[in-house]
Amino acid sequence: MQWNSLSEFLAMGGYGFYVWVSFGATALCLIGEVVLVRRRHAAVADGDGGGVS
Amino acid sequence: MSVTDINWFKYSSPQALYPLAGKLTPWFSALAVILMGAGLYIGLLLAPTDFQQGDSYRIIFVHVPAAWMSMFLYVVMALWAAIGLGLKARPSYMMAQAIAPTGAMFTFLALLTGSLWGKPTWGTWWVWDARLTSELILFFLYLGVMLLRTSIDDARRADRASAVFALVGVVNVPIIYFSVQWWNTLHQGASVSATAAPKMAAMMLLAMLIMSLGFWMYSIAVILARLRCVIREREERSSVAGQVERPVAVGGV
Repeated sequence: MQWNSLSEFLAMGGYGFYVWVSFGATALCLIGEVVLVRRRHAAVADGDGGGVS
Repeated sequence: MSVTDINWFKYSSPQALYPLAGKLTPWFSALAVILMGAGLYIGLLLAPTDFQQGDSYRIIFVHVPAAWMSMFLYVVMALWAAIGLGLKARPSYMMAQAIAPTGAMFTFLALLTGSLWGKPTWGTWWVWDARLTSELILFFLYLGVMLLRTSIDDARRADRASAVFALVGVVNVPIIYFSVQWWNTLHQGASVSATAAPKMAAMMLLAMLIMSLGFWMYSIAVILARLRCVIREREERSSVAGQVERPVAVGGV
């Protein structure tokens, strides 16, 4: 373990802003894409009245 | 519809693909979650601080996998486009169509995280150098492929046009890859290469490779899930003929 405390971990040696925005944006994009694809799938599945989940 | 348009791929393959993609997606999703969890754990908690760049270097664990995927997915998309053009195979076009948004997203992330890494490292968010500019062009190529498809109503013409566009744009990928060797650039050289010993600590390298593998599995999962949407949407659009829609729906239950 590289860190002695949570605040040290969050500070990332003074680069916290750059590191966390990078990781946060990546997480947001990946999760967002999954949500969009699921909605798209729900939309086509509903469209024909069929029983495809 | 001419006789030559009726081929094996056109009617049987989307039906086989739809349930197959549905079966594979959860496995690749699970692999993605496990690998990314492990990669984040090693990269953020175990890997040592870089002696030159401090902890800002940890951006590498999302930046490099995103950049690799952005280039790799473009090549795969262009390959499916080429197969589509060569064999007139509709599922190949569907694959290319399903890949493009994920590739565009990873290109955007590579640019964004690169910018967030460049600011503390180089002192600037952006420079118009070869690596950054060619990656930006890659982003526009993805957008071009997607826009071209949506701007043409006829599905087969849209397939062919976006396939040709994707194929022409593939020359940009080696330019991105070799740009750090061909031109003077602020961007550092390759972190991993087949011919040289890694320039990184083993723990850093391990985290980067596991994250890359995780992004790869994520891409497969989300692209297969989108492929199912694409198959459904396109079968519904062409279901005036009525041949394909029912078998696809049955296969998905």
